[in-house]
Amino acid sequence: MASKNYLSGLFGPSPVAPLQSHMALVDECVSKLVDLFECMAKGDTEAVEKVYHEIAALEQKADDQKHFLREHLPRGLFMPIERQDLLEALRIQDLLANRARDIAGIVVGRELQFPEQASECAIALVKATVETCHQALRVVNELDELVETGFRGHAVQVVEEMLVKLDDLESETDRIQVELRADLFAVERDLYSVDVMFMYRIIESIAEIANDAERVGRRFQLMLAK
Amino acid sequence: MDYGTTYLVLAVIFGLFMAWGIGANDVANAMATSVGSKAITIKQAILIAAVFEFAGAVLAGGQVTSTIRKGIIDVSSLGATPEVLVFGMLAALLAAGTWLLVASHKGWPVSTTHSIVGSIIGFAIVGIGLDAVQWGKVATIVMSWVTSPLLAAILSFLIFRSVQKLILETDKPLENAKKYVPIYIFFVGFILAMVTMVKGLKHIGLDVKGTDAIYIAIAIGVVLMFLGKALINRLKFEMSEDINFHYTNVEKIFSVLMLLTACAMAFAHGSNDVANAIGPLAAVVSIVDTGELSQKSPLPFWILLVGGAGIVLGLAMYGRKVIETVGTKITELTPSRGFCCEVSAATTVVLASGIGLPISTTHTLVGAVLGVGMARGVSAINLSIVRGIFMSWIITLPIGAGLAIFFFFILKNIFA
Repeated sequence: MASKNYLSGLFGPSPVAPLQSHMALVDECVSKLVDLFECMAKGDTEAVEKVYHEIAALEQKADDQKHFLREHLPRGLFMPIERQDLLEALRIQDLLANRARDIAGIVVGRELQFPEQASECAIALVKATVETCHQALRVVNELDELVETGFRGHAVQVVEEMLVKLDDLESETDRIQVELRADLFAVERDLYSVDVMFMYRIIESIAEIANDAERVGRRFQLMLAK
Repeated sequence: MDYGTTYLVLAVIFGLFMAWGIGANDVANAMATSVGSKAITIKQAILIAAVFEFAGAVLAGGQVTSTIRKGIIDVSSLGATPEVLVFGMLAALLAAGTWLLVASHKGWPVSTTHSIVGSIIGFAIVGIGLDAVQWGKVATIVMSWVTSPLLAAILSFLIFRSVQKLILETDKPLENAKKYVPIYIFFVGFILAMVTMVKGLKHIGLDVKGTDAIYIAIAIGVVLMFLGKALINRLKFEMSEDINFHYTNVEKIFSVLMLLTACAMAFAHGSNDVANAIGPLAAVVSIVDTGELSQKSPLPFWILLVGGAGIVLGLAMYGRKVIETVGTKITELTPSRGFCCEVSAATTVVLASGIGLPISTTHTLVGAVLGVGMARGVSAINLSIVRGIFMSWIITLPIGAGLAIFFFFILKNIFA
C-alpha cells in the first residue's frame, strides 16, 4: 500500500552536515598550502608537484560536495537560516579551495621559489592563513549546536566569541603580509621581474583566503542576527 | 427490516475496512515520531496504540462519533425509508476507505476525517437532498481543519520557545531539563484528563461535576509527573564539562518522555479518528436494531471493539511498515522537538474531540512541526508537502462525495 509517506517527506534534507563536510574539505585543501610552501622553500620541485595534485584533488572533492548541496536545496525548503545566507557561505567556502588551487598552480607552473630572505615570512603568512581557515571551520562546525538550541543562548555566545577570534586571526595575517611585502621589496631588484610579479600575486591570493575565511564567519553573524 | 442482518454484516466489514486503513496510516503516523526517536520499539508502539486508542475512543470519543453519526446530516425528512441512511452510511464507509487506500498508495497527504466527512455530505446531497446537509455544522468542521493545525502550530511554537528559554539556552541545560520537563508532563496530563472528564465521560454514563473534575485532573497530572520523574531518574548520563554533551543528555531526557507523549497521541487520535469508522457503523446498527431513524440510542460497546480491533489490525499488519519508513526518516526531528510537537498536537486534537469536531491528527501534527520550525528549531522543512496538504483538502471532499454517490447507487440497486 503506502509506498510513500508524506509525514516523512515533510522533513527535508538538512543542509547542516553537507555544509560542514564541505568546509572540512576546504580546510584540508587550504592546509596543504603549508606543505607546498615548505617544499618550495627547500626547492623540492617534485614534492611541490605532489602537493599540488593533492590540493587539486581536494578542491575537486569540495566542488562535488558544493554541487551536491546545491542540488539538495530545493526552493520550497523552510530552514532556520536564510537559503541565501547558506548559499553565500557555501560559495565563499568554495572560493577558499579555488584560491588554494590557483596558488599551487602558479607555484608549480612557474617553478616559483621565494627568495631566501622572504621565504620564512611567506611560510609564516601561510600558516597564519591556515589558522584563520581552521577557525572558520570551527565556526561552521558550531552550526549543528546552533540548530539544536534554536539559535539562542549559550551556543550563540560561543559562536560570537569564535568570530571575534576569527577577526583577530585575520588581522594577524594582514600584519604578516605587510612584513612579507617589505622583505620582498628589499630584494626584488635582484630577481627576475616576472617571477616577482607572480610572488606579489600569490601574496595577494593568500591574503584573500584569510579574508574570505573571515567572510564565511560574517555570513554566520548574519544567520545569528535573523 | 429486510436484509437487516446483511446490512449489519456489511456495515461491520466496511467499518473494519475503514478502521484498518486508519490504523495502517494515521495511527502509524502518530506513533512514528516516538519510534523514530528510539524511545519505544515498534511492538511497544502497537501495544500502546491498542490500549490508548481504545481508551481515547471510549473515554473521550463520544462527542466526535455523535457528530459523524448525526451532526452532519439531518435525516428527519427520510421518515419511512430509513434504508436510505443505511445505504448512505455504507457507501460513505466504502468511499472513504477506498479513497484512503488509493491516496496512501500514492503518498498523498489525505486525511481519514476529510474523506469520511466528504463522503457523508456526498451521499446526503444525492440521496436525501441539499437541505439535508447541515451546512452550518459542516462550515464549522471545515473551519476547524484550518484552525486545528494553526492552533497546534501556535502551541508548539510557544512550547518550544519555553523549552528554549527554560532549558536549551541556559548554562545548565541538563539540570533545568530535569527540573522543568516533569512540569510539562503535568500540563499534558491535566489538559487531557480535564477535557476527557468535562466533555467525554457523559457518553459512557459517568458525569463528573466541575470542581471534582479539576481535582481528578490535577491528580492524574501529578501521577504522570511522578511517572515522568521516575523515568528520568532511571537514566544514566555521561557527565562532562563540555556543554555539547549536555545537549545529548537533554535529548535523552526528552526521548524517554516520548513514551508518554506516544500514549497521549494514541489517546488523542483514538478520541477523534476512531469515530470516522464507527460513527457510520453506529448509525447503521441503530437503524437495523430499531427499524427507525431515532438515533437516541447509546453507542453499543461492541461497535467500539470493532473500531479498536480494526485499528490494531491495521497497525500490526501494515502500520508497522509505515512506522519503519517514517521513523527512520524522521530523525531530523530530535526528541526535544518531537516532544513539543506531540504535546501540542495531542492537546489540540483532544480539545477538538471535546467540542465534537472531527479533525485530522496528522495534519495537526504537521502544523505542530511547522510551529517548531518557526522558532528555528528544525533544520529543514519541505514546504511542498504543506502545499500538498492544502491541495488535499480541496480534492478530498469532492472525490469522497463522488465515490460515496457511486457506491450509494450501487447499493441501492442491489437491495432496493
